Amino acid sequence: MHIPDGYLSPATCAVLYGGATPFWYVALRRVRKALHTRLVPLVSLFAAFSFVIMMFNLPLPGGTTGHAVGIGLAAVVLGPWAAMLAVSIAIAIQALFFGDGGITAIGANCFNMAIAGALVAYAVYRILAGRAAIGSARRAMAAGLAGYVAINVSALLAAIEFGIQPLLYRDAAGAPLYCPYPLSVAIPAMMLGHLTIAGFAELTVSAGVVAFLQRSDPSLLKATAGRGAALAEPAAARSLRPLWAGLGALLVLTPLGILASGSAWGEWMARDFADPAARHEIAAASLSHAAPLHAPEGLARWSQIWTAPFARYAPPYIRSAAFGYLLSAMFGAGLVLLVALAVGRLVGRKEPAV
Amino acid sequence: MRRRRRGGFVERTIEGLYQAAQRALDAENSASGGGLLQGLDARVKVAGLLALIVAASLETRLWAMAAVFALAVALAAVSRVPIRLLAARVWIPALVFTGAIAAPALFLTPGVARYRVPGLHWAVTAQGLTTAGYLVLRVETAATLALVLVFTTPWARVLKALRAFRVPVVFVAILGMAVRYILLLVETAHEMFESRKSRGVGALDAAGRRHLAAASAGVLLSRSFQLSGDIYLAMQARGFRGDVCLMDDLAMKPRDWLALAGFAALAAAAVWVGR
Repeated sequence: MHIPDGYLSPATCAVLYGGATPFWYVALRRVRKALHTRLVPLVSLFAAFSFVIMMFNLPLPGGTTGHAVGIGLAAVVLGPWAAMLAVSIAIAIQALFFGDGGITAIGANCFNMAIAGALVAYAVYRILAGRAAIGSARRAMAAGLAGYVAINVSALLAAIEFGIQPLLYRDAAGAPLYCPYPLSVAIPAMMLGHLTIAGFAELTVSAGVVAFLQRSDPSLLKATAGRGAALAEPAAARSLRPLWAGLGALLVLTPLGILASGSAWGEWMARDFADPAARHEIAAASLSHAAPLHAPEGLARWSQIWTAPFARYAPPYIRSAAFGYLLSAMFGAGLVLLVALAVGRLVGRKEPAV
Repeated sequence: MRRRRRGGFVERTIEGLYQAAQRALDAENSASGGGLLQGLDARVKVAGLLALIVAASLETRLWAMAAVFALAVALAAVSRVPIRLLAARVWIPALVFTGAIAAPALFLTPGVARYRVPGLHWAVTAQGLTTAGYLVLRVETAATLALVLVFTTPWARVLKALRAFRVPVVFVAILGMAVRYILLLVETAHEMFESRKSRGVGALDAAGRRHLAAASAGVLLSRSFQLSGDIYLAMQARGFRGDVCLMDDLAMKPRDWLALAGFAALAAAAVWVGR
């Protein structure tokens, strides 16, 4: 998960340093405002804890072991902004003082794990935990899933960073200069390990430690629990259940979309204009008006700019169309939820967490 | 160390924690030694070695990358960083890890076929060989330079160098305090697992092992918070009001300026000939 030096181009590293800097700035301002003089000792100690937890060898189902990053746990206990700082500091210490992970890649590693990871973990935790009581099993499970989703989002970001390297940087003979694998290889290769071993390591440590804290030191979970969580009855938390159940059912039913044939009107691809079958479909759907012989110049040019990772809801590395559709639906729904949460936080209530 | 077949995660965690403490001790011992780089200003080393890492990242020729790698090894040798330690800590792990990642690129990278694996009809391409070489050599070079920095500069000096590079003072203060307490927490975790191991009779089942790991992490988390509260009170008692000040006693000598010019020239030359 920690990207070493040499896998990413200096330009990519610079961009990710640039992308991380505003988050560090905002995090520092917010945390300093909330903690004032407590900032230095609290973030320092949690950074030290994050560093040490990365060394824990965690027993996983199936007899294997793995290491966790502790993103979910940091976000659940500290809130997203302080977690961002603490995990960033832990990553910087690993690179600068222990020679682990890349120095030029500190920005990338912080962006993937500390920033995106902490924000995603916190969002998932708050959504899933709702107003459940501090000591409820639902809260421990939400923490585990928050860690699982966060580490996978971090891995996906790292895979995308790896995957764009061969597109952008090659030598005169065409050999990739940095990570040699395109998105179609980098994404499944990274996700396979993270959806299984690394994800479960993160889930184990997040859910396990939160369950432990619920019994031994529940005050540590109050900061991010939301208003009235400790007093809320389980019934209050149930109000969102039908919505989640409905969303789950819709996700499961998405493969039904495969039953529809052809493309929606106007959603053609540049290559469809050269395909006789596709041209016939376009004409049939356009009151028998024949499509032009070539794709419009603008469409042809702009279609080269971006290739969607889940083009046509069929990720290239998944053979089953139904599963590809389902995965696309889950990915899209997750993104929408994240955006909705971000907008809600920007325009809405203030959270007690830092 | 003998490992129990089912309870091995405790031993492996103890071993990992022990190695981290040992690594920090080795770095401090080496950094206080009498080699060439140890005598230089920390700012020169941080800027110079970082410039060489960036130069290695910008190289597009294998021989130029190999030259920077040779330079990194030479810097380690004149700074009395043990070569066997470099091999054990950097070269072999990086070769195994990055080599495993780079190996499929030999076959997957499109290009001119140079060799076919008998019986499998897999073709090793010239471009595949080059790209695997780029990756392995770049990673080895950057990791060697990073370890040379770690093993020739005490961490307190690195912090002061960061401050000189305008890294916000509060970040530097947090980094410094975190490094200090990492060693304490590593020792605490080590003792926790040792004491648990000494009290264990028989092997734990899978759920028991997970429970033990989570409980250990939870106790460590609670102790971290408790410690941060104690430190906060101690800081308050000594007059801390939120403003962080760090002593800046670094001073450039003529040889530091000379070394800085040397690093700049080497990095520029590496970028120039390597492109």
